[in-house]
Amino acid sequence: MPRTDGEVARPTTAVPPTRTRRTGRTPVALLLPAALGLLFLVLPLVGLLVRTPWATLPQRLTEPGVLTALRLSVQTATLATLLCLALGVPLAWLLARVQFPGRRVVRALVTVPLVLPPVVGGVALLLVFGRRGLIGSWLDETFGITLPFTTTAVVLAEAFVAMPFLIIAVEGALRGADTRYEEAAATLGAGRWTTFTHVTLPLVAPGIAAGAVLCWARALGEFGATITFAGNYPGRTQTMPIAVYLALETDLEAAIVLSLILLTVSVVILASLRDRWVSAP
Amino acid sequence: MTVGQTVLGAAPPLGVPLLDAHLVVDRGAFRLDLPLTIDPGEVVALLGPNGAGKTTALRTLAGLLPLSAGHLTLAGRDLDHPGRRVWTPTERRPIGVVFQDYLLFPHLSALDNVAFGPRRHGMNRHQARHRAAEWLARMGLTEHVRRKPRQLSGGQAQRVALARALAVAPALLLLDEPLAALDARTRLDTRAQLQQHLAAHAGATLLVTHDPLDALVLADRLVIIEHGHVVQEGSAATITAQPRTDYVARLVGLNLYRGRATGHSILLADGFRLTTGDQHDGEVFVAFPPSAVALHPGQPDGSPRNTWPATIAGIQRHGDNLRIQLTGPIEVAADVTPAAAAQLRLTPGQPVWAAVKAAETRAYPAG
Repeated sequence: MPRTDGEVARPTTAVPPTRTRRTGRTPVALLLPAALGLLFLVLPLVGLLVRTPWATLPQRLTEPGVLTALRLSVQTATLATLLCLALGVPLAWLLARVQFPGRRVVRALVTVPLVLPPVVGGVALLLVFGRRGLIGSWLDETFGITLPFTTTAVVLAEAFVAMPFLIIAVEGALRGADTRYEEAAATLGAGRWTTFTHVTLPLVAPGIAAGAVLCWARALGEFGATITFAGNYPGRTQTMPIAVYLALETDLEAAIVLSLILLTVSVVILASLRDRWVSAP
Repeated sequence: MTVGQTVLGAAPPLGVPLLDAHLVVDRGAFRLDLPLTIDPGEVVALLGPNGAGKTTALRTLAGLLPLSAGHLTLAGRDLDHPGRRVWTPTERRPIGVVFQDYLLFPHLSALDNVAFGPRRHGMNRHQARHRAAEWLARMGLTEHVRRKPRQLSGGQAQRVALARALAVAPALLLLDEPLAALDARTRLDTRAQLQQHLAAHAGATLLVTHDPLDALVLADRLVIIEHGHVVQEGSAATITAQPRTDYVARLVGLNLYRGRATGHSILLADGFRLTTGDQHDGEVFVAFPPSAVALHPGQPDGSPRNTWPATIAGIQRHGDNLRIQLTGPIEVAADVTPAAAAQLRLTPGQPVWAAVKAAETRAYPAG
């Protein structure tokens, strides 16, 4: 008798019945809008590729206006990312590791630029750093420094908008990191600063790198705050997105080429994130 | 204290313990109250069930948790003394810690993990690496110095962790369940090696564990705590011979009861009477191993035996034998061979007669 029991039990345990059912039937009511959604996201990109003037592309790419805008964009996005790293990593550490009153409020404030329309950010920056702004007037009177409509303004605008991406990524990494490594470092004679630089930072390096890449990508695409706070001066404040917008009115093909560059950069960033940080344990 | 300094150089005069502490931590309902002294070169095992306060004690010694009261003096230096407002942070204590899951820095090689401590204690990179290489060689890990922790086996990682803790020549070495993360076979080898390294360590060593075998093999002295208090303290021989709480008795594998002795007869708290070979008067403990309990289908005849009817509550495998849990007038564990169990057809719920020879029980004063 036990033998037949075993034989009866075997097929029911070997074949999980839910599995085939789950993959077998997908409701059309979900499949159709899902496919439409995908199409909606991909189609504009395809349109961009279809309309790209491939024949004149090399020539277009080397036009001085394009290169200037690209160089300025890369430079400002990189500077903005460095600024975000210098200020954002300590802020993320504070949010992740230090209990202080009003921490929730601080975290909410940090994420405001994420949901704020960038143009509003630009106006706000102008009100603070503008020539008659809260800090801007003091800077102007004391040091003779004016920020609006300079390359520095571009960097500030980009950093303002992109910093939350970095802070959220780094804070998440810090929260995920095992604080007992820091205790182990202390038992070996490491003070808090040495522990931070020699143990904490290396442990969360992948999180910081991912945050920096996201931050850089966001800074590169920044438009609203930049054009509001820094304006549109070729070679000084005219970044790629602004160049695209302006080119649309005069030279459609130029706009397409500039867009193609930005699209390529985005795809490369996405791919690098996928391979190195997002899917890695 | 710099690395070059030997522990004994900083040690107090002979006869004074290297570690002299009274660890008191108040945490709402839980209170740790643990007097603890350790001599130079001595290995003390802090043994206790989960939640007894072992880890809390270790964390106060390491400076990862402040004392609520009491004091902590190591090598003549007050490290934590709430009454005198003295507090030394972890990084300035002459200690080394081997954590339960080692906590080797994953981004550093085995060599740099071990060099981390000496480097923080003032050595330059070259000196620190040299010292680390020496320690790893002593652990038999010369071939693995370049490996990252994730490329090491459990036993290797344990030895790297030990080397890392010892490389700063700590006055007090703390080991938190150092063998718990290893599988049974590795544990055997590693335990033997650990014993050698602990014997060679000139400073004080505190081993926190819930494994009695680790404690018996590695430690010179055992301190057993339950609910934050010391319940028994002494050499392995004393404790295994004369356990004083149920936890300790189970730890060393004995049945333990408390009662009032009149000559050879002991009246237990619940009115049950045991006859022993030892003669006492007053409060006593009486203990006997599970192997001393014989089981019979009916009441056994004659001889000066303790016999009583019992019911089988549970049967577990225990080494080569079966351990039978019995309820009845007293709760008892009995070891029987599988053959005997088969012969008696032992099943849970079955009534049996239990018998223990008076000569196989030991009684000792409870005072």
